[in-house]
Amino acid sequence: MCSADRINPLSELVAVDPLYSPMEGTILKTKQMTAHEKFFEIRLEGGKELGHLPGQFVIFSLFGIGEAPISVSSSPTKKDKSTFEVVTRKVGVFTAAMHKLEPGDKIGVRGPFGRPFPIDDLKGNDLLFVAGGLGIVPLRSLIQFVMDKRRDFGEVTILLGCREPKDRLFTNEIEEWGRMTDINYACTVDRADPEWKGNVGVITTLIPGVDIDLKRTYAVVVGPPIMYKFVIAELLKKGLSGDQIVISLERRMKCGLGKCGHCQINGKYTCQDGPTFIYSELKTLEEAL
Amino acid sequence: MRYVYLAKSDLDALIQHLKKSHRVIAPVKKENLFILAEVQGAGEIALKYIPTILPPKKYFFPPVEKLGSFKMGDEKMNSVNMETQPTVLFGLHTCDIDGIECLETVFHYHPADPYYKKRRKSLVLIGYECMFPCDEYATCVTMDTHNPKAGYDIMITDAGDKYIIHMNSEIGEKLIGTCLAVSRTGNDADIKFELRRLREEKIKKFKTILDTEYTEIHDLFKQSYKAPAWKDVGKRCVSCGNCTTVCPTCYCFDIQDEVELNMETGERKRIWDSCQLEEFATVAGGENFREERSERQRHRYYRKFCYSIDKYNKFFCTGCGRCTRACVADIKLYETLNQLKKETNNV
Repeated sequence: MCSADRINPLSELVAVDPLYSPMEGTILKTKQMTAHEKFFEIRLEGGKELGHLPGQFVIFSLFGIGEAPISVSSSPTKKDKSTFEVVTRKVGVFTAAMHKLEPGDKIGVRGPFGRPFPIDDLKGNDLLFVAGGLGIVPLRSLIQFVMDKRRDFGEVTILLGCREPKDRLFTNEIEEWGRMTDINYACTVDRADPEWKGNVGVITTLIPGVDIDLKRTYAVVVGPPIMYKFVIAELLKKGLSGDQIVISLERRMKCGLGKCGHCQINGKYTCQDGPTFIYSELKTLEEAL
Repeated sequence: MRYVYLAKSDLDALIQHLKKSHRVIAPVKKENLFILAEVQGAGEIALKYIPTILPPKKYFFPPVEKLGSFKMGDEKMNSVNMETQPTVLFGLHTCDIDGIECLETVFHYHPADPYYKKRRKSLVLIGYECMFPCDEYATCVTMDTHNPKAGYDIMITDAGDKYIIHMNSEIGEKLIGTCLAVSRTGNDADIKFELRRLREEKIKKFKTILDTEYTEIHDLFKQSYKAPAWKDVGKRCVSCGNCTTVCPTCYCFDIQDEVELNMETGERKRIWDSCQLEEFATVAGGENFREERSERQRHRYYRKFCYSIDKYNKFFCTGCGRCTRACVADIKLYETLNQLKKETNNV
């Protein structure tokens, strides 16, 4: 304890506006999606628009428990601009507390933070989405964005991979998109169950069969850390360059302001310089993958 | 006039003058080491000291900072009333003033930190120039922090039979301008010449213990990412976090909630953290992105000598030697850098 804490006749009290103050969010809708993943639709105070772009994240706050960074899963092009959506997996103290929340409950929200997916670069090109496990959650924001502005983009292919059929997220939604507009969609599971009639195998097994135009395709890859090396290697083998591969990285974002140090990847702060990166930017970032 | 003299016997008069308007914090001997503490007179101050156990950063960025208070169940945080008081940090070494410059850079970098800014406003920095090397661990000459350059309000230099006082800011001029103890018999040009001569003499007493020049350090690190030295350092490190706690430029923090026993109210706090601790880069799912001690040590060094240049164009090592002195595993910064130099030469 430094002596600055002692009371001194010379001292004065100055009010500091809290930089880390959350906004008030109200939970409108929840849905238990799998045994571990829950969906939340959240409205900010006064219906204020979150003002995010696909690929960005927010930091949720529950006083007494703490804060946690969570990817936004809905698109800013969504019809009702007064709400946004997230999906969280129950893995720690914070998400366990968050999973107890139901419609009408409140939650603190800071953000949005981070660099979004490079939408301007993606426009006019074919898109190959590769989502492993929870990766579909942040990717859904971009996919919805593309669906809402469908004519701005070329061919769309979605590859989805997860451990087991019961772990799949948003599959109905993806099939629905497939009915509305032409997208190519394939899904694989690591382990099948008796009812499963689809592909079995890791997500990389889907890539060789995908028909893409190398000159005009961007791959957007989001998944667990272990997945990136294999998927990227497969995409490079396919003939894509490092400039055509976009990824989103998970780190322990605490402050969201590029200060606290927890989310650093070498010299970059994931909370500001990421979480989305172009693969070719990672050549000098040894800690990235 | 920006340069004046002070008789050595009048140092206490200066302290008493400062005390009229400010609390005075200065280096004080504690057992065989030194700390920064409040003093009442010059007699308590240890002017000849090796860097204090903790650097002055605790006055700018305290170990625990209240970010705001809350009621359980609320979502918004109430603003915090921060207690500040006009304070003089007296007798700071030039390396520590450089360390404060690093904190300035970080906390003013967008988005600027309001807590830091409020604290900074109440602090006056009075440096005391090192005329001798402090011990065998400092690398200040290589890091070019051994001479006063900027970042202080007042600098005091021992000129043998008297002190030279340099006023380097408006508040510095105001404080010295109202001090009757100083002598205004010299003129700026002569005193500046005298200082230059003193510095030419003093540098002869300093040795450089790094085999790398200031201008080569960034390049050395650009080539050293896979150097064997990191494994060696990692084998010895016990991840105690001493090096980052005592570092004048380490500012990583955690954010934690503290709830009152009544379970109704609480405070959200920012607490010093360390990239050397095992769980620092672990995410909720369990993945640790810097699992090995060697990786964590390398990260610390790169934050000082490489990433900080890339982002802020400034070294975040002041050469103070605190990390070396505080290391329980005998990891010496200058040895690590010299080993890196050897290993890159051998490539």
